[in-house]
Amino acid sequence: MTSVSDAVVLPSAEPSLLRRPRATTGFWSWFTTVDHKKIGILYGATALLFLCLGGLEALLIRTQLAQPDGTVLTAAQYNTLFTMHGTTMIFLMGMPLAVAFGNYLVPLQIGARDVAFPRINMLGYWIFLFGGIFIYSSFFLGGAPNGGWFGYTPLTSSPISAGVLPGRGADFWAVGIVMLGIGSVTSALNFIVTILNCRAPGMTLMRMPIFTWMMLVTAFLTLFAMPPVTAALTMVFFDRNFGTTFFDAVKGADPLLYQHLFWLFGHPEVYILILPGMGIVSEVLPVYSRKPIFGYQVVVFSGIAIGFLGWGVWAHHMFATGLGPAALTAFGLSTMLIAIPTGVKIFNWLGTVWGGSVRFSAAMLFCLGFIAQFTIGGLSGVLHAVVPSDTQQTDTYFVIAHFHYVLFGGLLFAMVGGIFYWFPKMTGRLMDEKLGKWTFWAMVLGFNLTFFPMHIVGLEGMPRRTYRYGSGLGWDVPNLIETVGAYVLAFAVLLFVVNLIVSFRRGQPSGDDPWDARTLEWTTPNPVPEYNFAEVPVVTSRDEAWHRKYAEDADGNLVRLPKGGADAGTAVATEPVSGKGGPPAEQGDGGGGGHGIHMPSPSYYPMILAAGILAFAYAAIYHSLLLCTVGAIVVLFAVYAWMLEPGTEPA
Amino acid sequence: MTDRESPRRRRVHGVARPALLAASVLLLSACAGENNQNTFNPAGPSAHKIDNLFMPIAIAATVVCVGVVVATFVVSWRFRNRPGNENPRQLHGSTALEIGWTVVPALVLAIIAVPTVSTIWTLSKEPTGDVLNVTVTGKQWWWQYEYDREKVVTANELVIPAGRPVRLELKSDNVVHSFWVPELAGKQDVIPGRNQKLVIEADEPGLYKGQCAEYCGLAHADMRLRVRALSEADFRTWIRDQQQGPSQPYKGEIAELTGKRFECVNCHVFDDSSKAVYGPNLTHLRSRETFAGATEDLNRENLIGWLLDAPSRVPMQAKRCRVGLAPDTDCVGMPSFTQHTPKGKPVMTRTEAETIADWLLEER
Repeated sequence: MTSVSDAVVLPSAEPSLLRRPRATTGFWSWFTTVDHKKIGILYGATALLFLCLGGLEALLIRTQLAQPDGTVLTAAQYNTLFTMHGTTMIFLMGMPLAVAFGNYLVPLQIGARDVAFPRINMLGYWIFLFGGIFIYSSFFLGGAPNGGWFGYTPLTSSPISAGVLPGRGADFWAVGIVMLGIGSVTSALNFIVTILNCRAPGMTLMRMPIFTWMMLVTAFLTLFAMPPVTAALTMVFFDRNFGTTFFDAVKGADPLLYQHLFWLFGHPEVYILILPGMGIVSEVLPVYSRKPIFGYQVVVFSGIAIGFLGWGVWAHHMFATGLGPAALTAFGLSTMLIAIPTGVKIFNWLGTVWGGSVRFSAAMLFCLGFIAQFTIGGLSGVLHAVVPSDTQQTDTYFVIAHFHYVLFGGLLFAMVGGIFYWFPKMTGRLMDEKLGKWTFWAMVLGFNLTFFPMHIVGLEGMPRRTYRYGSGLGWDVPNLIETVGAYVLAFAVLLFVVNLIVSFRRGQPSGDDPWDARTLEWTTPNPVPEYNFAEVPVVTSRDEAWHRKYAEDADGNLVRLPKGGADAGTAVATEPVSGKGGPPAEQGDGGGGGHGIHMPSPSYYPMILAAGILAFAYAAIYHSLLLCTVGAIVVLFAVYAWMLEPGTEPA
Repeated sequence: MTDRESPRRRRVHGVARPALLAASVLLLSACAGENNQNTFNPAGPSAHKIDNLFMPIAIAATVVCVGVVVATFVVSWRFRNRPGNENPRQLHGSTALEIGWTVVPALVLAIIAVPTVSTIWTLSKEPTGDVLNVTVTGKQWWWQYEYDREKVVTANELVIPAGRPVRLELKSDNVVHSFWVPELAGKQDVIPGRNQKLVIEADEPGLYKGQCAEYCGLAHADMRLRVRALSEADFRTWIRDQQQGPSQPYKGEIAELTGKRFECVNCHVFDDSSKAVYGPNLTHLRSRETFAGATEDLNRENLIGWLLDAPSRVPMQAKRCRVGLAPDTDCVGMPSFTQHTPKGKPVMTRTEAETIADWLLEER
């Protein structure tokens, strides 16, 4: 597909305003790039920055709770910190870090040169960055969000004048999350179209790597989950600012409506968070066990099943809200049901390792840690499904333990493992393995010290979101242990960040296939050239890269193939093969490199459009017609220019 | 990349985590014990039913959990890379195993589901017998109790007769809270516009503590509560005493101080135990053991300190609660009478605070 301007506009007639930037290397190219790999790295680096901010917030929380009747923080500060910790870790770290992996890897894993909509891809990043800056700017502009990360009404929906929740943090929170949602939805659409339409010839759906499958399911979940929360938060914003009464019981409304809308988003959200992590584990375990994933089809279908079933369990976050025994029964049963595909995956991962040849690299350790810790979190989840006992567990430190085991001990461990695994692909260097192992053990120790005691102390009566607790309740020692654990965790994260920085600069060169890996992205050189594949690969099996290196004899034993077989590593620049898959929807000049492969051109407009949306966000906070007008002009200009800018830079 | 760690180091690390977990469990389960707020010490029929459901399932879950965690260690260690096993058989799956490990968990969950559903319906039943009805209202940041038939209104400490069901009608007129007294029952949220019921019953007379369990704003952590279960006879005596007027006349200096001088009466009642107002009914404060959202012991020093500067002890949003302003206008909680005052100077003297405290404490 070529753009209209190719056929119609002569170079001399183009307005200079619409010239596209040309540079694809250098500092400024990072602002205008549409290369999925650079965008992935931007998402990842920014998410890691927010990981540190969210972690700092957690450290402050734990310091306050180290002793009973703590005075390190005021109640107002504490309430803001736990709100921002949750909001940051979920929306500004967990989701973007998963998207970072998705962005970098999905096109490579399916044999494409980029995503279907490269500029929209970049738009997603800018909205994320600006949304995060917007939410954090609230610290300086009248108070940061303090209604809890799920912001129940009427606490958050009451107008400021009602005085139930001090400050305007809830406005920043509502607008900020809606804004971030725009980026998430556009990103999800991009992944879906890319995965369905841009696969290389021979890459059928059932030959795709599991990570790509999980990103596909995640993308569908994101697409359908963002609308309910956008609706809910818009209603909150309107109740706060424009005198509507969506959640005002005095006027006849039901505040519980908010919880239903929120959790309709919120439950799929937790699968949006964890499925990419499960995908990563499903890639790493086979490579370091030198065996294929056990039960590929079942693992794929379990992921799809989780995606569907995840829509039917939302009210398990509301078991104490008086739903009535019929609803409690229904949601209790559906919650138990979803444990089945989850458990199946865990058994399949163990089956992958069984009978293998396990190498305990840092990446593998983190993914093995995922299996153990995610299992603990999953089983405390099953305990939550036992509805009557959930009325003792919910809103206590028990549930805090549960979700940190699945999201930190699970998701974050998987993503750290994924970074160790794919770092060579992105940079051509290895991360330091020894430091990586120290990091793993420090993280395991710190994580379990921090979160395991929470199971106990929650059942011993300690509710969540409490800025202090009384002495004499027996919670003093566990809380102190948890705080010590948090500092150990901080140390582990520091080790990890140091490893990243040092390895980036001075890491040992990795070569193209340091792990003897299995999936298609490992057939490119490291670091990956701008065009990904010199020739569009033709795929003949699952684990394509592995099958170019090994065949199996009659007994299923491995036989190494001679080097130089069907191998796309040669640097011959050719036009893409016609048929399913191939180049992305846009075409453009490749810029530097002289490889002659048409790649999408960089563009200013994703950044400018995101800036216009940011102006709308501030307009909402300040009820400013001026900012609204500015935002509208910038958005309209950016959309117009985006549509009209030349598809191909003239040579 | 092969792992070069010595077998000894790996063995040490292999046992480190399970040992740590075991130690934590042992240490911590010994810790809280009798804190009157412990779900492990059920003291009433509801709590017992929940505990009887939870314990066997929790033990089973722990067994499965330890099994999987240990399996992760054992399997990965057993099949570690060694000379001779570098190129293992490329097993792709096993239909039999897939069916097995789908069906078995499904059966286990089905077995768990039966008592779960049964308990849900049992706990949702309306109580029968000689039921005491109390309306519980969650406020920011304290609990109000209205004994419907007895026409008594109190705060923070819920006094009930032991050995018979107490049906709580749960309400809120502000934000969502959650009423939780772990040793007697699971928690139930209080949601504006929706009345919920919770049935509690104490097997024996005693003290049972609880807290608000849904984030409700600034002082959520300080919105605590107590349930005091009394014998039937003691309960009747308590009700009778509550239904009386104040034991000392409410007039003269005390009426002047709490009326025109500091306008306490905007939010509180001192001489009529049947009235539910914006703040706690203080008519028989002396009969309680705690105050200030059950965070402070009721004694002279605490009460004087509270009167002079309540926001320094429990965070409030009451800077605009001034003499002359109606309550609940950007005003949640008690103002300070010594800090952040309109003219910057204390408006209540220690003597005045002592007078009020002494009157309150002479109440029976």
